[in-house]
Amino acid sequence: MSRLRLTGISKSFGAIQALSDVSLEVAPGEVLGLMGDNGAGKSTLVKIVAGNFRPTHGSISIDGDTVDFHKPRDAQRQGIEVVYQDLALCDNLTAASNVFLGREPRRQFAGFRFLDYATMHSRSAELFAILKSETRPRDLVRRMSGGQRQAVAIARTLLSNAKIVLMDEPTAAISVRQVSEVLDLIHRLSDQGISVVLISHRMPDVFAVCSHIAVLRRGQMVASKLAKDSSPEEVTGLITGAIETA
Amino acid sequence: MTTLEQAIDLSQHRSPVSRILGSQIFWVFAAAVLACLALTLLTDSFATQRNLFNVTRNFAFVGLIAIGMTTVIASGGIDLSVGSTVVLAAMVISVLMSSGYPFWISALAALAAAAGVGLLNGLLIAYVGMPPFVVTLGMLSAARSLAMVLSNNKMIWEFGPDHDLLLWVGGGSTLGLPHPIYVLIFLAALMSVVYRWTRWGQYVFAIGGNEQAATLTGIPVKRIKVSIYMFSALTAGVAGILMAGWLGSVTTNLGQAMELTVIAAAVIGGANLAGGQGTALGAVIGALLIEVIRNSLILLGISTFWQGMFIGCFIIIAVAFDRIRNLSTND
Repeated sequence: MSRLRLTGISKSFGAIQALSDVSLEVAPGEVLGLMGDNGAGKSTLVKIVAGNFRPTHGSISIDGDTVDFHKPRDAQRQGIEVVYQDLALCDNLTAASNVFLGREPRRQFAGFRFLDYATMHSRSAELFAILKSETRPRDLVRRMSGGQRQAVAIARTLLSNAKIVLMDEPTAAISVRQVSEVLDLIHRLSDQGISVVLISHRMPDVFAVCSHIAVLRRGQMVASKLAKDSSPEEVTGLITGAIETA
Repeated sequence: MTTLEQAIDLSQHRSPVSRILGSQIFWVFAAAVLACLALTLLTDSFATQRNLFNVTRNFAFVGLIAIGMTTVIASGGIDLSVGSTVVLAAMVISVLMSSGYPFWISALAALAAAAGVGLLNGLLIAYVGMPPFVVTLGMLSAARSLAMVLSNNKMIWEFGPDHDLLLWVGGGSTLGLPHPIYVLIFLAALMSVVYRWTRWGQYVFAIGGNEQAATLTGIPVKRIKVSIYMFSALTAGVAGILMAGWLGSVTTNLGQAMELTVIAAAVIGGANLAGGQGTALGAVIGALLIEVIRNSLILLGISTFWQGMFIGCFIIIAVAFDRIRNLSTND
């Protein structure tokens, strides 16, 4: 059974058809590379899965159950987490505070509820250990490398027991050495049985971590195949339209 | 023998001594102590009980509001309306008391007026999305004008049946310490705990650090922002009530230009105008330094016309230090 299944998804904004009849499946623990040129509909598709938009037509199902998201919170409840391109981190707070931002554990003391830093530190240390990252819970995010910052953002998705993690251009703005760190993090997520949808422009990154590749062109799914059956040349052709479908 | 891990740990989590030496609050406090020592040696009048009593009380008012201001600044905003909120609260309590209402009802009405100012600031900033600078600048003018309307721009010095109680609350002392100091100590201790140990405190700093991230992680940013501006206005309201009791009379120029002194105190105390940083203790220490300097100008016989120059320079120097620190930590 597939973890995430999109069936005949269409989305139009007024006269503009952003997506037409897109169908897609992602298995548990699978890493799917979603590729396409600017304006091909990648962001729209991600926003539909994340609950920002509702599709005009089509349905989404998770583990076989049909779901209908009205707002991002609905998607989160179903185990869908998004790692944003700018990571949505607060530089002035510690790694642990960032991991738990918005869902801090609290402890009752003298009738008041205080933040439970002990739990926050130990739990985030566990998450960083799962990710095999050297990030330490008490460090300020401001002092961290790009890879460590990614680890904090990804640890946040682990905290909520995500089933599906959507990553929007995670390797767009970081150094080459840090890219490999991020790709390792994606492998770790996959090891945990979490499905990852990776949106990226960077061909080598996609082929390094993705087992499956889907290509969107002008709102239509022009290819969806195993990475090992494809090649960077073919995908480039599909993105630009030099190759019609595959 | 130290392992690599320990060495890294040591370089990132420095020892308590080096942490204290690296903190702005420590150096500001040292400067205040030095200024006190110098004044004790240079003048006969500084170390008198009467003068010290005055200094502690004066700085308590600025310190109180500086804690509110630090909260606003830590969330990435600014509140220019605090000076006008002071006079509005003072005017509400004195007008009500002089027309015969008891102290507690009048004080609650004054706090409600202050909270109303904060609520309006917060709603316009959080829900309408207007810049804090503009909203609170408008409120600076509007709230003072309202105080003038309330009092018909007259001085009020008769506070009805609870006259003595008001004077005792604002101007009295217990165990040798003026009452405003107790309020300041209580608020500083309370907010130190709130900043570090509550969700509200964490969210204030999260909003100041990255508002977008705070929104994306589901923090109720708008509601928190409204509460922040209400808190700032309430600290100004409390200061207004205490100042009315301390002065024994209220005029409509009370608290004029106070916002600058308060912002200076907060910034000197380590609040970062870009948001995300600040402490309650820092606000108090910053207020202390400013008041000691202000007092020293008077005692040393320097014209009070220079006060604005000093406060202005202080703000700029504090921000300049902040810039330099940021330059050296950015790689």
